[in-house]
Amino acid sequence: MATDLIRMTAADLAELLALGKATSVEITQAHLDRIAAVDDDVHAFLHVDADGALQAARESDARRAAGEAASALDGVPIAVKDVLATRGLPTTCGSRILQGWVPPYDATVVARLRAAGLPILGKTNMDEFAMGSSTEHSAFGPSRNPWDLERIPGGSGGGSSAAVAAYEAPLAIGTDTGGSIRQPAAVTGTIGVKPTYGGVSRYGLVALASSLDQAGPCTRSLLDAAMLHEVIGGHDPLDSTSIDQALPALVEATHEGSLRGVRVGVVRELGGEGYQAGVRARFDDSVALMVEAGAEVVEVSCPHFEYGLGAYYLILPSEASSNLAKFDAMRYGLRVLPDGIEAPSAEQVMTATREMGFGAEVKRRIILGTYALSSGYYDAYYGQAQKVRTLISRDFASAFEQVDVLVSPTAPTTAFKIGEKLDDPIAMYLNDIATIPANLAGVPGVSVPNGLADEDGLPSGLQILAPATADDRLYRVGAAVESLLDASWGGPLLAKAPALGGQA
Amino acid sequence: MAEHPQGQPPAITREEVAHLAHLARIDLTDGELDQLAPQLAGILEAVASVSKVAADDIPPMSHAVPLTNVFRPDELRPGLTAEEALACAPEAEEQRFKVPRILGEEA
Repeated sequence: MATDLIRMTAADLAELLALGKATSVEITQAHLDRIAAVDDDVHAFLHVDADGALQAARESDARRAAGEAASALDGVPIAVKDVLATRGLPTTCGSRILQGWVPPYDATVVARLRAAGLPILGKTNMDEFAMGSSTEHSAFGPSRNPWDLERIPGGSGGGSSAAVAAYEAPLAIGTDTGGSIRQPAAVTGTIGVKPTYGGVSRYGLVALASSLDQAGPCTRSLLDAAMLHEVIGGHDPLDSTSIDQALPALVEATHEGSLRGVRVGVVRELGGEGYQAGVRARFDDSVALMVEAGAEVVEVSCPHFEYGLGAYYLILPSEASSNLAKFDAMRYGLRVLPDGIEAPSAEQVMTATREMGFGAEVKRRIILGTYALSSGYYDAYYGQAQKVRTLISRDFASAFEQVDVLVSPTAPTTAFKIGEKLDDPIAMYLNDIATIPANLAGVPGVSVPNGLADEDGLPSGLQILAPATADDRLYRVGAAVESLLDASWGGPLLAKAPALGGQA
Repeated sequence: MAEHPQGQPPAITREEVAHLAHLARIDLTDGELDQLAPQLAGILEAVASVSKVAADDIPPMSHAVPLTNVFRPDELRPGLTAEEALACAPEAEEQRFKVPRILGEEA
């Protein structure tokens, strides 16, 4: 029974709970047992809150027994990326500078999870302050890909993708600044949705790049993602960039999954050279499948996407260098007193603390951002990058005049080996080449598992992009593709993943 | 920082990285300076194409959602207690954050 519970989708667990065929305590305990069995190998979690999760599960069972379920997902447990403030639980952002910090408040996303009755299993690993594509930049060691423990689970949200792929949690929250939900989903054979910018509150999300960051669902099915998205999404007065309008009907959209007459644009600039052959082959298969199912597929050109990576690596470090200035050793987090200085000044303490508290990638990006924002360079770098952002937005606007959704491979390669790209920042940055344009323009995107690459047998992802606030299109088209692919495989792709920890 | 970035991206020297680190209040080691200077130069070269693509008449975009001046009603809301706010402070005294001296020795 316990093995069955961990392999079920959140929607199926919700149905069991609604029918009284399982309790939240049973479901939550099954996942805690799974974490205990496999997380030494996977290292998806930085902190597991067994007591808190079971307490929330007992409260959920009491609500269900009284006929007062708080939401459809009441009682279904979830893992939360360690970049979201959780009252009473450590929140480190994968950084030494926040080790031991216990926030006195909940992020809006977390508050909504609690209000909807989802027990929080724990906090998931990530690249430090979400800077990376592999979780290797976590100060607490990398997470590992359940498909091959020698490989990365993507990043920065590799803890969340690994937790979901390893059946340690049916649901997880990720955050996506340049691909940190979608790329981890692609390389672990799971679903990851980056909502429209402003669609999910950023209050309590420790900011990397405020104009790009967006939290969203990590799941094993499109329906689960839609259910979770409806819990966490919608207007929040605590985030001034939150969109003040109702979410589209996302769960409903997953039930309308037909591709007949849907206009699909293949982005010419996101594919071809630099993309692994097996990833390209699976993408071509997916496109053929959509055509067969009645979609009208055309090629569209977004000529400025090739400048997206460059613009992103100017805008992101600029915003990050400013956002991370708050880690000054004064009000919370690490404080290091410099060696050999008697009665050091606040500035000397701040400087020593940031040297000790930040890892190599964080320092690299802060210095790069400080450079791009300095007098004499601002116009040439940050200013120009913002103009490129306009051009990329215009590319999207003109593409969406011709088609309903755009598609591409999510990531250029399958999961690479731990250590392979760690000392080559530019090679690491290229992982996000297909996902970055959506963040720059604020449009929503999803990665759907679309098969295994022939050369290495590892998962690849199909990225679907929609216009801003049309997140329902991701679910309508994604769910249709998902059901066609699942039918072709005789079940979800994840069923092909090897067993972990000697368990069946 | 001499050369103009419109042409070839300027190579960043070790001294410039040290200056930037000071501006960013990070005390880098010699080893870190040696490693960062060539890495930053490489990254700047990789992003240099950005400075040539946009014409002067293209407006900059700072944000995906065009918004100006979002206000909330000016009314009392519950906030953190002093104990909550100070709970994770490196040092606290008399319900306040305790910080190192902020003035120079001679002040």
